[in-house]
Amino acid sequence: MTQLALVIDLDVCVGCHACVTSCKEWNTSGDAGALADLMPYGKDPSGTFFNRVQTFEVGHYPDTQTVHFPKSCLHCEDPPCVPVCPTGASYKRAEDGIVLVDYDKCIGCKYCAWACPYGARELDAKQKVMKKCTLCVDRIHDRALAERDRKPACVLACPTNARLFGDVHDPESEVSRAIRERDGYALMPEWGTRPANHYLPKREAPCDPPSPSSSSPR
Amino acid sequence: MRPAFSVVFLTTLIGAAQGLFLALFAAEFLGSVPRELLVRASIAVVVLAAGGLVASFFHLGRPERAWRSAAMWRTSWLSREVIALPAFMALAAAYGWARAHDASGAVLLGIGASVACLALFFCTAMIYASIRFLQEWASPLTAANFVLMGCASGLTLAAGLAALFAPALSPAYAAWAVAATLLAFAVRMASLARNARLVPRSTTRSAIGARSAPVQQKSRGFTGGSFNTHEFFHGVGAGGMRTVRALFVLLAFIVPAVMLAAARGSQAMIVAAFIVQYAGLVAERWYFLADARHPQNLYYQSVA
Repeated sequence: MTQLALVIDLDVCVGCHACVTSCKEWNTSGDAGALADLMPYGKDPSGTFFNRVQTFEVGHYPDTQTVHFPKSCLHCEDPPCVPVCPTGASYKRAEDGIVLVDYDKCIGCKYCAWACPYGARELDAKQKVMKKCTLCVDRIHDRALAERDRKPACVLACPTNARLFGDVHDPESEVSRAIRERDGYALMPEWGTRPANHYLPKREAPCDPPSPSSSSPR
Repeated sequence: MRPAFSVVFLTTLIGAAQGLFLALFAAEFLGSVPRELLVRASIAVVVLAAGGLVASFFHLGRPERAWRSAAMWRTSWLSREVIALPAFMALAAAYGWARAHDASGAVLLGIGASVACLALFFCTAMIYASIRFLQEWASPLTAANFVLMGCASGLTLAAGLAALFAPALSPAYAAWAVAATLLAFAVRMASLARNARLVPRSTTRSAIGARSAPVQQKSRGFTGGSFNTHEFFHGVGAGGMRTVRALFVLLAFIVPAVMLAAARGSQAMIVAAFIVQYAGLVAERWYFLADARHPQNLYYQSVA
């Protein structure tokens, strides 16, 4: 059974936000209607995004690493957001494992957002229905597009090729090999959600920076 | 979490309605309730539950589609609640009507309404208790709290209605209300003590899967607002939370228990005790919702 997913290489992500803007551009332009933007040029703008890039610092100063961390729906294999939905608007597709929301059935009760530990779901402030990453379901299967374009917008936009897309259930796929060879991992494994999306950790730096004890006096 | 007042009023109003119904049916079972009280209390049950139902619609982004919400009863506690609430209302109303008209089958309707009432308590509590990573809610104490606080407020209301319409029953209801209020108080204190000792299973480290520690967020990726920053942060500081906690401990439990014990049949005192207790339970439910620390907040600790 197919499980489409993103594998994100934190070693090469430079935090440029190209995936964020390309995601917003594609998904605000589709048949399902715009992603709400409230007061986009005002004092307190707010809006719906399916993908964000966050920045973390790992380690003790001065031995720290900056980690740019793209965050979107992880398309869990056991998605806690789906069984809680009272209308069946939230569902996981059998054919490709994508977790989707039927915007015509959603009543905007927000229970699925409560039930997602990752904060992947956002209520659209204008349409009042829950939205989230669809893995660009409206382009990855579109035969009118050239095959190289049948990928999520964020994957195509990434200038460092930090975002891989494919079937994580196919052991020979690019994503499965990357997870295997690079020690790919899932977020918050403690809740047993089995996210389909995986992250590839930073590699060891090719030359270690001088440790604080041996470095020259400050 | 940011408490939604629609949910606060839904759960406190139907809790009082359920407690009142159980108080009424238990008294009917043990002896007989004068028709005047029976009719008024049955109306109060339906009105309170209907008030909760109306409040729940304010929680929905698309209330016109609310009819869809019973569909997933096989998996969703919310769906089950959506079925249990109208079932309870209908059965409780039918029971009141049947008793008032001395129709046959009233006891069966009462038993049915009691079953629906208990199912509703359980469904409502499980909506919260079933989310395993909201650790403050994921406890059997959540269900115990919903049942006991509903019974406490329902019995207090029964004492008030009895004081007005069947004074002979009022002292007994008041005594039961004091007992239920003190028991609810004890269990709520137990859940506060449990939650104070909770260690969050998720950390910033597990949130991004960092191999080493410490992990500190430097930017959440945007400076504006979003659903994530609005829905999951209540914005009340530790001092404010302590104030709300002190308020509900006094108003929901201690003050009404003292008022009921001291009332000695005074109508005004018992009715006032219910109003104070209801206000306290609104504060309690607000605190219960706010108290849950959602793991998604780990991704929103620093703006830039």
